[in-house]
Amino acid sequence: MSALIEVENLTLSFRTDEGLVTAVEDVSFRLDRGEVMGLVGESGSGKSVTAKSLMHLNARNAVYAPGSRITLHTETGPLDVLSLRRTADLKVVRGGAISMIFQEPMASFAPAITIGKQMVEQLQLHSDMSKREARAISVEMLDRVGISDASRRFDQYAFELSGGMRQRAMIAMALSTKPALLIADEPTTALDVTIQAQVIDLMKDLVDEFRMGIIFITHDLGVVAQTCDRVNVMYLGRLIEEGPVREVIANPKHPYTQGLIAALPKLDDLDAPLTPVPGDIPSPLERPSGCVFHTRCSQIVGPECRADLPRDTRIDATHQVACHIYREVAE
Amino acid sequence: MSTPLIRADGLSVGFNIGKGLFNRFTLKAVDNVTIHIEKGSFFGLVGESGSGKTTLGRALLKAVPITGGTAHYSDGEVEYDLEKITKEQLRDYRKRAQLIFQDPYAALSPRMTVRDIIAEPLEVMRLTRNREETDERVREIAAKCRLNLEHLRRFPHAFSGGQRQRISIARALVSDPKFVVADESVAALDVSIQADVLNLLKQLQKDLGLTFMFISHDLSVVAHTCDYVAVMYLGRLVETAPTRKLFAAPRHPYTKALFSAIPSLDPDDRGKAQKLEGEIPSPTNQPPGCKFHTRCVHAVDRCNVEEPLLEADGTGHEVACHRWKELLGTV
Repeated sequence: MSALIEVENLTLSFRTDEGLVTAVEDVSFRLDRGEVMGLVGESGSGKSVTAKSLMHLNARNAVYAPGSRITLHTETGPLDVLSLRRTADLKVVRGGAISMIFQEPMASFAPAITIGKQMVEQLQLHSDMSKREARAISVEMLDRVGISDASRRFDQYAFELSGGMRQRAMIAMALSTKPALLIADEPTTALDVTIQAQVIDLMKDLVDEFRMGIIFITHDLGVVAQTCDRVNVMYLGRLIEEGPVREVIANPKHPYTQGLIAALPKLDDLDAPLTPVPGDIPSPLERPSGCVFHTRCSQIVGPECRADLPRDTRIDATHQVACHIYREVAE
Repeated sequence: MSTPLIRADGLSVGFNIGKGLFNRFTLKAVDNVTIHIEKGSFFGLVGESGSGKTTLGRALLKAVPITGGTAHYSDGEVEYDLEKITKEQLRDYRKRAQLIFQDPYAALSPRMTVRDIIAEPLEVMRLTRNREETDERVREIAAKCRLNLEHLRRFPHAFSGGQRQRISIARALVSDPKFVVADESVAALDVSIQADVLNLLKQLQKDLGLTFMFISHDLSVVAHTCDYVAVMYLGRLVETAPTRKLFAAPRHPYTKALFSAIPSLDPDDRGKAQKLEGEIPSPTNQPPGCKFHTRCVHAVDRCNVEEPLLEADGTGHEVACHRWKELLGTV
């Protein structure tokens, strides 16, 4: 498998009135072509910020620590994303090699411009297509994602489409430039379950067809189980567990991952009590020392949890976890 | 059996849409719905967006006008006919029936302290005589909702989603209501926090003797919290049953499809979900016959012309489908 994007030691803070706030700390992972990776965590875990840095898309007050490196392997060779400064250079990445779809499709389309015009505009930005070609491709893409009567929908506005259809149109738009990597930020959270199932299916078909990589950001482990090959669990800006989906869900190692799975209401056992992960995620202004999860952890092994950052420990070739419980296994 | 707290018989809510003399027509958001909510129960209302579940909840709170049928509220102290309720009675009803909103970020004013947010209903409805009494009541309900009393002086921006939702709950319960409509109250929360809020709602129901109407699109959440579930589609009730009966053996093809669309935690279940084609039709352009026939895999000619009525089986399980008996046991 060839690597599509490699993230090394990504550390990112935001300059705010209250000081430098760390949003992502020392995150490394790699994604291959044709692979679907889940990025899981609750709000405030830094999953969206991580995804946005892949396109160098974070706000102006973002500070990348030295040593942070994001390498995108394009057809013309590797590209150091974080070294790109000019908007013109970044065009290759944003909407070119990488496309992103967002949670709220209504907010992602301009309300006063037709869907079609927006699709044509971005196609023309990223290629030297004529308007007519761009229109043909856009209509074909709309048709491909299961929007019936695509040429009529092409001339409609976002408000004229239902929620599920809007999300499909969003996907069509993101894929029309044939990106190598698609970032999907909670793409099904705002949708009904029946429509969610349709969109998940559609995305799986598209991976097979276009052989692109997908980073699927979600807090729903059920969605991850149904779509992803691998999963990375984030908490307060750190990667705490990563491995193949089957392995992480059947055999979670980190107390936080175990907590997330236990908190899910299960349909096959209605008598099982719901067990929340106790407490709330701390404010990024008050990052705990040592293991970032220790303030909510029920399996503290000793003072090292409060004092030392746990190192990544390999459970097996593909599954690794950052927790003091597993330290001895490694040594 | 005692009189139900809420009794809706043939309840309809219509909105007049369109301008001019000839274009005018009525959109039936809730159509001929009969439900009885027993005192002290946790009544779940499930359906996709556009099914009318929120409108039904609002009609029972007398927040939208009732255009057909009747709705009665009776808590042992007072009895109101919600359709013919007087201004005087409505003022009293407002404190007996309350609503918890979906989005704890939008529901709390950023310019008010937590104490003022919770106290506002008391002040607006003049339920307390002086500030001391108000403060005491606020502290009492805040403690019940597991809020830190020292936080009462802070502003909402300092709180996480779970804490905000607990503030919303305290505000809804401060007037000591008997009937509470919780509209998608955990939909915006992370799973780790969701379980905590659900447990709190259950606890409050027990401690304060509340009756809940729990509106949700998430069947697994409903399964774990509600005693009784009603499934809505396009303004109609399609199936109602005690939770366990419904989840053990759903009868309506729509309920079955909703079940199978829930993403399973088992990666081996991929592709097993029974896909529901298409989307819920627009309520302004409702299909004839059974409202669900356009998406139903089991539809026959009769379904296209004749609307099925709710059929009771004597065990509290009711379903509106022409073919439910033939389809027993099928998926």
